[in-house]
Parts: sequence; structure tokens; C-alpha cells
Amino acid sequence: MDLKTGAACLLMLIMVAALCLPGFAHAMDIKKERLENGLVVIHVERRELPIVMATMLVKASPLQEEAAGAGTAYLTAKMLMEGTTGRTAVDINRKIDYIGGSIETAVTHDFTTLSLSVLKKDADMGFDLLSDIAVRPLFSEGELSRRKTLLAGSLKKMEESPSYITDREFMKRLFGDSAYGRRIEGDINGIGRIGRPDIIKFHNAHYRPDNAVLVVVGDLGKEELAGLVNRYFASWKAVKTASTGQPAVLPIKNSEKKPRIEVIDKDVSQSNIMMGHMGISRNNPDYYAAQIMNYILGGGGFASRLMKVVRDDMGLTYSIHSVFAANRYPGSFVIEVQTKNESAGRVIGETLKQVRALRATGVTDEELRDAKDFMIGSFPRRIETGRKIADFLAVAHYYELGDDYMERYRGYIEAVTKADVQRAARKYLNEEDILIVVVGDKKKLKL
Amino acid sequence: MNKLVPTAAVRLLLFIFVLLVPAAASAAVTEFTLENGLKVIILEDHRIPIADFQIWYRVGSIDEPAGKSGISHFLEHMMFKGTTKYGSKVFSTLVQKKGGVDNAFTTKDFTMYYQKLPAREIGLSIALEADRMKNLNLKAVDVEAERGVIMEERRMRYEDHPQRLLYEELKAVALGVQAYRKPVIGWMAEIASITRQDLADYYSLFYSPDNAFIIISGDVKPAEIIPLIRKEFGPILPAGSKLRRVNTVEPVQRGEKTVKIESGAAKLPFIVMAHHVPRFPEKDSFALDILSSILAGGKSARLYRDLVYEKRIALNAGADYEGLNRENYLFVLSATVAPGKDIKEVEKALLAEIAGIAAAPPSAEELQKAKNQVEAEFIFARDSSYSEALYTGMFEVVGGRRLKDEFLEGIRKVTAEEVSGVARKYIVARNRTTGYLVPEKAGK
Repeated sequence: MDLKTGAACLLMLIMVAALCLPGFAHAMDIKKERLENGLVVIHVERRELPIVMATMLVKASPLQEEAAGAGTAYLTAKMLMEGTTGRTAVDINRKIDYIGGSIETAVTHDFTTLSLSVLKKDADMGFDLLSDIAVRPLFSEGELSRRKTLLAGSLKKMEESPSYITDREFMKRLFGDSAYGRRIEGDINGIGRIGRPDIIKFHNAHYRPDNAVLVVVGDLGKEELAGLVNRYFASWKAVKTASTGQPAVLPIKNSEKKPRIEVIDKDVSQSNIMMGHMGISRNNPDYYAAQIMNYILGGGGFASRLMKVVRDDMGLTYSIHSVFAANRYPGSFVIEVQTKNESAGRVIGETLKQVRALRATGVTDEELRDAKDFMIGSFPRRIETGRKIADFLAVAHYYELGDDYMERYRGYIEAVTKADVQRAARKYLNEEDILIVVVGDKKKLKL
Repeated sequence: MNKLVPTAAVRLLLFIFVLLVPAAASAAVTEFTLENGLKVIILEDHRIPIADFQIWYRVGSIDEPAGKSGISHFLEHMMFKGTTKYGSKVFSTLVQKKGGVDNAFTTKDFTMYYQKLPAREIGLSIALEADRMKNLNLKAVDVEAERGVIMEERRMRYEDHPQRLLYEELKAVALGVQAYRKPVIGWMAEIASITRQDLADYYSLFYSPDNAFIIISGDVKPAEIIPLIRKEFGPILPAGSKLRRVNTVEPVQRGEKTVKIESGAAKLPFIVMAHHVPRFPEKDSFALDILSSILAGGKSARLYRDLVYEKRIALNAGADYEGLNRENYLFVLSATVAPGKDIKEVEKALLAEIAGIAAAPPSAEELQKAKNQVEAEFIFARDSSYSEALYTGMFEVVGGRRLKDEFLEGIRKVTAEEVSGVARKYIVARNRTTGYLVPEKAGK
């Protein structure tokens, strides 16, 4: 509300929502406004502990990259901490380490987050650093070269991990070289080509106040936050630049309409298996039906069918789970499992059987009730800590879930019927489309 | 139910005291011990209608008999396989349908089971955990299925991960005698050899109220839950003198040891150096904690600055000291060698950093930074009822939850000279075991 202390540069678009969590007499006061420069600021006061958590979410991800520049969004984010116009990388690290705080950057397929964690007494320093790295990164040639070398080394080390290789090969085959098919970190042979101008161009185009949201949760009153925001973010102006245009057109379904299996031979004791196909986007009206269906199939941990059968009964794996990656655009539906080479064929066969059964006969009343009870009852855990609240609100804002999302969540879940789940299973599970990638020891695999 | 004692024996709460800690948002603490020896610590936090239930058993790989490595962890898995009352495999489903999550983990010192659930459902945790403390099924068919699961877990976490295999090997070489030498998950052949009877014996020996404690953290009222705890756990008989432990003590090391793994799966060389060090709350433990932070607490710390940032010979470099153990353990330095760089050069650089801090005390800024990091970490941890309970439990395992304050006090008092002193005393060649991971050439 009062983010306009001093400079009259702030415009007010105020929403105050007292949100009741589903099933609990517990309210969260969420204040949201938009600064004149377009930056949306969301504030939740939590005064019990002297800490402040902030999450800045920027709409910058592989979605805005050219395929040839894979890794640009990631490198840009990782370079933010490597020096600004006023501070060296060494200065930045020393300052944040000295106060026992942290600033982390992370890139997903849809967006980038900058996460600040500080004690209240260091909030000013934290905001200073956060705005400095977001708004005024230097991207020096020397630091970029250093960071690229490190990244190339990390990518090489990642190849020691069978699950990394499985994921990389699966996504590549499912989405080709579109944004969801490429590695977020880029490709070991391609990152060398990303130059300083590419990074600067990407930063200018996407790190803009009108393309970001800042969520602050913790021991700050509205006046205190207003002072900090005004001091460190009000003067942030978008750099004029030729826009890189719309997000790259996305995932193209693989045209081969039949189940297919690809084996990547590797000298390992255990095969890593991913199986799946295209999934759904976050704004798909069937999102909740699909999530409940997936909980019962393989998303619900020990309560899921896949875990009960393949782990508990057959003892063939430590972990089997399924996920619908519901992103801005349709992401993957994938079942991931590891088993010794010799039992890969049995595990794949049993998993396909479970997928078929769900399509054919749907779920029981009890399974549906249990799944709903979990999804409703577990909601408060998703917003338990300051860090979780900040991240949750930033992501909810990005996916436009609505300011009343927490209030409406229970209704979304309750509305799903058994018929909806069955319909979702038939629509979003397609055995003939399933791609199976196995990283394993070919001599021992029995497929 | 044949192992229960008459309820009359349970009436007594040995001591109850409630401490209202003055600092903002510090949880109100209620602590009491049942007559059967089960200690209960309740940390109230009413910000969110959630509660964490944790039951800690004082049993880990340190307690395992020869030839049966991994039995603590095996038993942890079996604890989810049902009781006479609840049947097989329903534990997690019962918790999840209330909106909760549950899991467990085993370490070298303890085995901890937890549920995080809506606070009003805390009674479910109490009932389920009391039940499986004494009434576990341990059916042969479940033991066999779970053996397969655990072997898959070992393959997933270790067999195909060369750096972890080296670390496992290094511990076994550095600790020739002491029980921490065994991997918590167990050696594959020993996982294979554990029988149903082994598990049953181990269970009856270590799963008792006097070898456990409970921490409940979150939106709960002690007056409401204490009667429940007394009702469910009170009748369970203590193990008493049946409970025996064997202590193993590592002899003083008399010269540097090395271990090398050649691996086709490794893409980059990796080096680890382990040194025998005392545990918390011995005096030197505080300076060792600060030493690890000055070497590796963030990107401004010495190892990252020197090996990764300046010299660019390593992808990462770490220093790890865990003082919260039941016995003395290790101070470990490690680094992944950058592509095209020499592992010997990385080793030299690590040793030069040690020589540097041994020769000259750290700056006042470095010392204060390390202290600030510890203080901040403890404050951040209090934002989650899970980590609040976890920190409390880790201190309880090594002697009592109040040691947390002693720990912070000890950290605050460390001087720069003491940091150099522990580097000179412990991080020396004759006390060191160095492990090398060497990638095999392609085509082999």
C-alpha cells in the first residue's frame, strides 16, 4: 500500500486478501501491488522469526532461447552473481556469506528465480545485493569464460550419473530440440558459442521490471518493505531493446505413433528407465483430474499403484514414480524407475500393465477419496515456511492461478469425479504413444 | 499385545517441566519421561496447523554385529511392512489419506521415523508408532521382497556412482577398527545374508521405549497429547539391562594411508582426504567446525576461492566436519578435478590451504563470518517444525537437547589461534587417509 514513500514513482493496484486455507481456520494476509515500472510486489508479513525470504521470478527460460543458443537462460542466471557494475564476484560472495545469508538462482523450463534468504537485521544488505545482481550485472568476459569452463566441467561430471543420461536422452527424443527437449544447462559442445553479447541481449530483453514478480515473506512491516522496495527496485527501468519476440513455438509431438523402446548401452549395475509421452499444460482444464489420476497411478508415493506392485510386492525397485510436468506449454508425462539390468523387461511389462488397467477400469471410490484427502490435507505443508510461501506465491502468479487460489483450491479438488479421472486416464495415458528409454547394460538386459 | 505391562505401572511422569524461552518465537518446550524410559519432547509452534511427529531410536550402523552391516537400515524398511493390527504396507497410506507424509532414515548413530501431518491428526502418529514399536510382523515373504528393494537402493545410490564408492572405501580404510567404517546401507553380500531371525533379534534388542525418544513439533497442546502418549506408549516394556552396546575405539593412526579406485564410470578424477577428529562437545570440536566453515562455507571461502575460482583446477572443493556423533569421526576434504587438470596439482593445492591456515590464524572477518553462518543457520532452521525437531533430536542423540545452547556458546568463543591450532593438530599427514578416484581410459 505505502510503497510510495518519497519518490512518487509507484502506482497503486492494491489487493488485500485474507485467504483461508482449505479446511483450516488459518488466514494468510497477502498484499499485492504493481509499481509504476511494472514490477509486481507481493508481501506476506510473518513476524515470529527475525528472517526475510524473497523470491524474484523472471519470465526468462529456455522458452525464450534459440535452439542454437541452448543454455543462454541458464548462463545468464548463473552470471548474475559473478559481478555487477559496482561489485566484483568476490565482493558479492563475501558480503552474502558474511551475513550468513544466501542468494540462489535457479532456472526451470518456464522461468528463472532469484531467492534471497537473510536475517531481518540484514534485510537492507540483502535487497541491495538482490537488486544489484538482477538489474546491473556486468557479464564480464573474464567471468563468463570462467563460468563456461566450470559449466562444461559440470556437464562432463553429470555424465557419471545414469539418471541424468536417461533424462537427457528421453527428453531429447520426446521434444526434439524445442525448449522442453533441450537441457536447461545447455549442451557441452554448444555453450562455448554463447558470447557476452548473447547474454547481454538476453538479460536486456527479459530481466525487466514488467516481466518479473517479487515476493517478500517475513519479518518486515509494510512501511519497512516499502522503504526497501522504493530504494532498490523503484528506479529499475526496462532497457530499451529489440524484443526477442514470442516464445519459441513449442513441443512438437513425435510423429511415430507407436510404442517404441530405445536402449542406450552403458556399463552399469542397474538400468535406469523412463517411459512416457506428451502430457498437459498447467492451464489445461483437466489439470486436477490428471493430478488425481497420477497420484493413484504413480505420483502418490507408497499409496500409488506402481509403488505397491513394483516395489512392495515384487521387490524390483527402490523407487518408481510418475509425473505430469504441467508447464506453460504441455510438458511430459513420465514414469521413472530403476531396477537391476536383468529385471528391466519385467518392470516395463508390469508398468505398462498398470497403465492399461487404469485406462480400462479407472479408479475405485476409495482410491479417489484417499487421493483427494491427501491433496486437500497436504496443502498447508506446501506453504509451511517463509521460503515455501515465497516460492509458492511467485509460481502461482506466473501461472496466473488467481489471487484467490488458496481459497479455491479445495473446491478444485472436490469437484473432480470418478468419471473425470477415468476420462483423464483415457485421454492422457496412451500406451501406443509411449516412448521407453533404457540406459543399461545391453548384455544383461532382458527386454 | 503380549508384551504389555499393566497400566498401573505407567501412571508416573518422572519429570515435566515447561520452559518458556524468552527469545521471539522460540518454541515452548515440554519435556517428560515415561516410567518405561521413553523420553518425550514437545516443541510448540502455533503458526501453521501442522505438526511433526518424530520417533528416534538410538540404533544405527555403529551398533551392528560383524557380518550384518545394513541391518539397522533393513529393519527400518521392515517397519513399514505392517503389524498384527494394521496389516502389511498400509502405514503410509493411512498417513497420506490424512494429508500427511511420512518417511524414515537411518544413520550411523540413529534411526528416525517421522510423519508431518495436519496437527489435529497427531493421534494417528502416536497410535501407529506405539504399535510398531512392539508388534511388527516381519513376515518372511516381506523380508525377501524388501531385500530386493534394498539391493536396488544400494545400486541406485552407490554401485553406479564412482565418487560415492570411493568415499565408502575411504571410510573403511581410514577407520580400520571403529564401527563407523561400515556403510549405513551395508555391503551387498551382507545385505544378502541378513535373515528374518537376525532382524527379529535386532528389533527386540533395540526397539524399546528406553532406547528411543519422541519429538513432537508444531501446533499441538501438550495437555491434549500427553494422555494419548501415555496410553499408547506407556504399557510397552523397557529393554532394561538386555540393552547392551559394544564400543569400538579406533587406535591412533601412525602414518598416512591411501586408497585408489580405478573406474570406467568416472569421467573426472576426484580426491578425498579423511582425518580422525574428536566429536562434539570436546573442546576442539568447536574450532574444527569453524575451520570447515572457513575452508568451505560458501563461495567466498578459501577452497572455492583458491581451487575453483583463482586456479581453476577443480569443479568444486569441500571441507566437511560432523561433530554430532556418538563416537569420534572424520574431518574430510574433497575436490573434483576440472577437465584436463592434474589430481596431484589439486592435492597440492588442498594441502597448501591447510598449511596456510595452520601457519597463520584466519582474519577477524573470516572468523566472524563463520560464526555468523552458524547462528543464521540455526535461526533459519526454526522456520520449519521439521528442522526444528531435527536439530533438537540430533543434540538429544549425543547427550541432550540443551547441548544446542552449549554448541552455540562454544562456537561464539572460538579464537583465530584455536582454528590454526586444530589444523596443526589434526589435519596432518600421519592422521590422514587419502582416496583417489581415477577414471579408466575409454576403450578399456
